[in-house]
Amino acid sequence: MTTAVNIIPIFVIVPLAGAFMISIGGRKLKWLADFLGVLSTAGLFIAALFALKLVNEYHILVYSVGAWKPPIGIAMVLDGLTAFMLVTVNLVALMIAIYSVKYMEHFTSKWKFFTLFLLMLGGMNGVIVTGDIFNLFVFLEIAAIASFALVAFGVERHELEAAFKYALMSTLGSLFVLMGIALLYGFTSTLNMADIAAVLAQKGSSNIILLVSVLFVMGFGLKSALVPFHAWLPDAHPSAPAPISAMLSGVLIKSLGIYTIFRIFGNVIGVTPAIASILMVLGCISMVVGGFLAIGQWDLKRLYAYSSISQMGYIILGFGIGTPLSILGSLFHLFNHSVFKSLLFLGAGAVEYATGTRDMKKLGGLMKKMPVTGMTSIIGTMSISGVPPFAGFWSKLIIILAAVEAGQLWPAVWAIVASVLTLAAFLKAMKCTFWGDVRVGLEKIIEVPFLMKFSLITLALITSVGGLLLIPGIQNVFLNQAVGVMTESADYLIAVLQHI
Amino acid sequence: MAIYLLCLSFFSVGLYGILRKRNIIKIIIGVIIAEYAVNLFFILIAYRIEGRAPIYSPNAEITNMVDALPQAVVLTSIVIGLATTVILIALAMRIFEKYGTFDITKIRDLRG
Repeated sequence: MTTAVNIIPIFVIVPLAGAFMISIGGRKLKWLADFLGVLSTAGLFIAALFALKLVNEYHILVYSVGAWKPPIGIAMVLDGLTAFMLVTVNLVALMIAIYSVKYMEHFTSKWKFFTLFLLMLGGMNGVIVTGDIFNLFVFLEIAAIASFALVAFGVERHELEAAFKYALMSTLGSLFVLMGIALLYGFTSTLNMADIAAVLAQKGSSNIILLVSVLFVMGFGLKSALVPFHAWLPDAHPSAPAPISAMLSGVLIKSLGIYTIFRIFGNVIGVTPAIASILMVLGCISMVVGGFLAIGQWDLKRLYAYSSISQMGYIILGFGIGTPLSILGSLFHLFNHSVFKSLLFLGAGAVEYATGTRDMKKLGGLMKKMPVTGMTSIIGTMSISGVPPFAGFWSKLIIILAAVEAGQLWPAVWAIVASVLTLAAFLKAMKCTFWGDVRVGLEKIIEVPFLMKFSLITLALITSVGGLLLIPGIQNVFLNQAVGVMTESADYLIAVLQHI
Repeated sequence: MAIYLLCLSFFSVGLYGILRKRNIIKIIIGVIIAEYAVNLFFILIAYRIEGRAPIYSPNAEITNMVDALPQAVVLTSIVIGLATTVILIALAMRIFEKYGTFDITKIRDLRG
């Protein structure tokens, strides 16, 4: 017990130390950035798997930063949901780091890229492990500021415009979150999340909590790009370099937006029926509007970005319904979406790497020239549009079944409609890009280098066999631990406060 | 009560700047004003009328101290605000290099 808790700060220390060392030595030693980038993400992924094992053993672990006991000091908490998110984030980060080694060669100053990348990863891991609400805000901003710089990494017209829009919207979202935190502190006189939950349970409900909930829905909704707050995403995600698009769409909007909504509404404030229905309506609108807008796009990465909005809708809908089954579906979809959306974005990056364009009107017939990229992208497509044996099918099925079971028929219908829209959008993308005859001018292109293929193939394999996570033995280890945290939120605060 | 309303109107001034101004620099100033308003609000929550600084000294009575935690917290928040402002201004400078204007109605290559 005493030694096991020491794993928790590692998730923050390792990426921050890596970023620091790359920023010092990366300019002189060309290999250092690649080496430290891949090594630290690989180490973090192994540590995340180990954390999953610890969670199954101890159920919950609490680390007090600087030996100040919570609720006075900052607590870092490792429970089922945390371990689940850590595995997801660090798996995708490892794959993206391996991919970036080759992909980022045609950008100058790769070491700056890896510095910002690790800084962003440190921020995300920090958001996930922290048990203190202001600490969460600080890590949120670390990840967000690093991502602004990464979106603008190409410093061309579009990148800069998108980055400015993103930075402005995201900063506004953070201000709403900070205001919510201020009100919450004024009401409860504590910043520790478990302690806030305990105080709120004692004091009962109040209009202040309603205002705080609205502020948090606005702030975290902006971060996770739910539909009324989505305008920045389709600009920012395609403008970034492909690995960063994959990182932003794959894990950043989830750890900054979705995870924080899950944690704060699920464990701290509590979901009132009004908030649940707001989240359900936002989820439905996001699914359908994102799906429709995706169909109209001719830029490959823009289409993927719009479909991310649509898939975020599923996750929020699953959380809004609020039964254990729907939360299971929602978390499972979160994991699946991280894997296949980063796979698709990396595929789009490979297409851009080989051909120099991502305009679907100029592409075609790439399957013959780039079989690995083509096949993996088609696997990703089938998974995201819910074709049976792939992982995406199972998670969507669970969400729809849970909606029907909870008596929410309209959300279930919209979820099916959105699934059809996704299929339509992705068939268009695949037809224009990979199928058909090779376009004039594309005869000489060749398949991407080995390290890029390695990431694509690994992610494609994971999403192909992802349905196996639902086998009871595996489900108990990975998903049910996380679902348990959400459904038995009283346990969370008791466990955290008892570890003092 | 009046002081909270003043703080809220301060925030609204910043929000107005973000939403209505066309010049990028004015928008950034709007962000800064809104940030300061939120920081001020956090400080005001912990303030007590006639309160004194939370410093222990042997012979002083411990009464009516101002809560010190929000002050520490806001200090962090100001540093974060500085980083955000710096990156926004850096982006604005690069945008001016590429587009030759600060007017957002003319910087419209991308349509959300």
